[in-house]
Amino acid sequence: MARAVSNRRKVGYTIAAWIIGLAIFFPILWTIVTSFKTEAEAISSPPSFMFFNWTTENYTTVLERSNYFRHFWNSVVISLGSTVLGLIIAIPAAWSMAFVPAKHTKNVLMWMLSTKMLPPVGVLIPIYLIFRDVGLLDTKTGLVIVLTLINLPIIVWMLYTYFKEIPGEILEASRMDGASLRDEIIYVLTPMAVPGIASTLLLNVILAWNEAFWTLNLTAAKAAPLTAFIASYSSPEGLFYAKLSAASTMAIAPILILGWFSQKQLVRGLTFGAVK
Amino acid sequence: MGRITLDKVTKKFGDVEVIPPLDLTIDDGEFVVFVGPSGCGKSTLLRLIAGLEDVSGGEIRIDGKPATDLPPAKRGLAMVFQSYALYPHMSVRKNIAFPMKMAGMPEDEQKRRIDNAARALNLTDYLDRRPGQLSGGQRQRVAIGRAIVREPAAFLFDEPLSNLDAALRVGMRMEISELHKKLDTTMIYVTHDQVEAMTMADKIVVLRAGNIEQVGSPLELYRNPRNTFVAGFIGSPKMNLIDGAEAKKHSAETIGVRPEHIDVSASEGTWKGRIGVAEHLGSDTFFHVHDTGLAETLTIRASGEVALRHGDTVFLTPQADKIHRFDAQGLRIA
Amino acid sequence: MATQHSRSAARIMISPAVLLLLAWMIVPLALTIYFSLLRYNLLMPGTERFVGLLNYKLFFNNPAFFTALLNTLLLVGGVLIITVVGGILLAILLDQPMWGQGIVRILVIAPFFVMPTVSALVWKNMFMNPVSGLFAEFSKAVGLQPFDFLTHAPLASIIGIVSWQWLPFATLILLTAIQSLDSEQMEAAEMDGASPLSRFWYITLPHLSRAITVVILIQTIFLLSVFAEILVTTNGGPGNASTNLTYLVYARSLLNFDVGGGSAGGVVAIILANIVAIFLMRMIGKNLDA
Ligand SMILES: Nc1ncnc2c1ncn2[C@@H]1O[C@H](COP(=O)(O)OP(=O)(O)O)[C@@H](O)[C@H]1O
Ligand SMILES: [Mg+2]
Repeated sequence: MARAVSNRRKVGYTIAAWIIGLAIFFPILWTIVTSFKTEAEAISSPPSFMFFNWTTENYTTVLERSNYFRHFWNSVVISLGSTVLGLIIAIPAAWSMAFVPAKHTKNVLMWMLSTKMLPPVGVLIPIYLIFRDVGLLDTKTGLVIVLTLINLPIIVWMLYTYFKEIPGEILEASRMDGASLRDEIIYVLTPMAVPGIASTLLLNVILAWNEAFWTLNLTAAKAAPLTAFIASYSSPEGLFYAKLSAASTMAIAPILILGWFSQKQLVRGLTFGAVK
Repeated sequence: MGRITLDKVTKKFGDVEVIPPLDLTIDDGEFVVFVGPSGCGKSTLLRLIAGLEDVSGGEIRIDGKPATDLPPAKRGLAMVFQSYALYPHMSVRKNIAFPMKMAGMPEDEQKRRIDNAARALNLTDYLDRRPGQLSGGQRQRVAIGRAIVREPAAFLFDEPLSNLDAALRVGMRMEISELHKKLDTTMIYVTHDQVEAMTMADKIVVLRAGNIEQVGSPLELYRNPRNTFVAGFIGSPKMNLIDGAEAKKHSAETIGVRPEHIDVSASEGTWKGRIGVAEHLGSDTFFHVHDTGLAETLTIRASGEVALRHGDTVFLTPQADKIHRFDAQGLRIA
Repeated sequence: MATQHSRSAARIMISPAVLLLLAWMIVPLALTIYFSLLRYNLLMPGTERFVGLLNYKLFFNNPAFFTALLNTLLLVGGVLIITVVGGILLAILLDQPMWGQGIVRILVIAPFFVMPTVSALVWKNMFMNPVSGLFAEFSKAVGLQPFDFLTHAPLASIIGIVSWQWLPFATLILLTAIQSLDSEQMEAAEMDGASPLSRFWYITLPHLSRAITVVILIQTIFLLSVFAEILVTTNGGPGNASTNLTYLVYARSLLNFDVGGGSAGGVVAIILANIVAIFLMRMIGKNLDA
């Protein structure tokens, strides 16, 4: 009796959840579907969901006619570069705060977070002018620098929470075993923290890949990553839905896949450990 | 080889003085146990010797050479931690090899020492496992193996057995004692368990609130505790400490009699009382005796099986030459 | 843990991060404040001069500023209400027993990983376009006049797009929080005869209050800076109908080259963000002690 009721409920929940889930996912699904249509079918009325001539010509066109690969490569370099650079700066800092806490450690951490709260538009103008003057506008280097600084607080913070879970005695043991500080970090701490470092890397690549304030404002044709490349489709002459869809699908696919793997870390990273 | 001298060593955490000025000499080859209640500063003292904490004052010398400012790696000491502190991402072999790798020892020498240690510690079959796949006792052995391959000037142990179950603890206790006999290297061993201290030590250092209460061999501490704290801490069951009129009879503030130094009789004795709880262990029997006219409940230890039980009336007589006398400060009166 | 050696090592190892962030914070901030006190137009180089608070006065006297401020608040408030309420309901639904829970979760979370320019373009062209968008098709199918969302309800449309992007974030965090709720507590309440509604009201909601606060604060920080969605869909228009503070500063400084005026707007944005940040930092700080 009780089982039957709960099974009926379960069916209800399942139906409701799937309807809502599919509705939320629909714009992405629709983009993917449209990317396989011809331009004519893409704007045909009424629209067709399944029964059209599936084609991959949009992908070929986007890849051939535009600089898709260059922008894709820019996205890869900028997001990975800024994350790796951030990790190199953050690992020693997080080591310090997690294993040699001082009176001000907490304040330093909080202060680092507070820099993240600075609205980008508040510092856009000086950064833009400085970059213009030193020739960093529209360069990958410039964006790597900015995105490293923007994400550094999150990287430090995430690493700190992961390092905190490693018992300090193990690092002390390595010190007793004759390890120098460098050995301690390279042979003991880093390998032990690999899962945490990987999560941090993942989340920050995602954030950097999708960053769309600095990438739009500091790049033009040359260093533009996919965010800016896609934005160029908003001009009226770029209104080809199928090709837009193909380009969009390619731009979001890598991150969608990475993102699904990192749901847990996402919560921890984006709430700075306040929700676990 | 492994003579360690502490000269007026102090340690403060902020304003709190955890170790007041403390002098201690540990001779080469000695097995020294630091014992005391939890929070008394045993670990802190050990970590000062290890170099994991800075002293706030005083000097540490190892083999006569000043070591106060040396980092842990340069002191030539090995430590076994309470949590074992094995490297979870390395195999047992790599764990044991780590200190030798850090010292840049040739590979074949490393291998020889690993094999020797593994054989001595029964780890040969486990060398390629990760610490996570080992039992508590095996992990303990790996930690010891990691310590011995370095051939340190001294071993430091911080409550190494407290994470093991009782049966394993007794076995490991003996293994460590045997290891000491075999290596003849200085060992400093921290525990809050006086049984471990009594069974393992050449020399016991009893600590209370960072102060050394007494230093001596197990039997010295048992026979001549310098004060009521040591008297109560060493020996199990605890020594009976009696204040008031009864102590005054012996011209002392407090007298102490160990449970095993009180004779029991059904007909006559100094104190008459009633048995509360009787614990029959087979080899021994412990009685807790009330209503003797003393403020304290007395604990009595009788050998073997004794047919007295709860509610029985008994007569107790302390052995005259085994009565310890203490003054108002709790210090022993000679 | 701490010896003199390790403490000085720690100081050295933390300094690159600290110095970089210090520079990142102080240099542009000081320059923004400095620029905001100048008459400084990129089209008229060499004419910079100190004008005191004139830029602020002009900024505040410009009706566009109040429109932008109002739009910013509407955007932040609207998205917050939609995502928090929607997120709570969705999180509770996803916490129920069902088939394919993992897949539904993935479907719901997906929009968060879509870059803002893509989501803005997709919504603008393929859904909201009054001629060929899906919404227009739907209207035609049921015999209604297609509605031109981005012309007639630009801000609401943007609120919709941004909510779609942030609903997954709220849902994911609230779901994580719900799942940490002690199930025995729920069962005890059920034994005590509490109805589902009162269980939600007296147990679930208080348990979620902390996560809700975190969601609100963090989203606010990001929502104050919404930019790409506006740039791609409406360019702030029609008129200023969908211009928020961030977009206004961008338009001022990089489109009209008025660095002084733009900087004054930037300072206002910083002050606004700081008000939120103070609360957020308190929350996180409290958690740090635990
Ligand atoms: N890093 C530290 N900071 C502040 N106080 C400490 C620190 N380490 C230990 N203490 C204090 O010093 C005292 C002695 O600690 P410890 O040496 O660990 O005791 P034991 O090992 O004898 O149980 C305790 O009161 C403890 O709270
Ligand atoms: Mg201890």
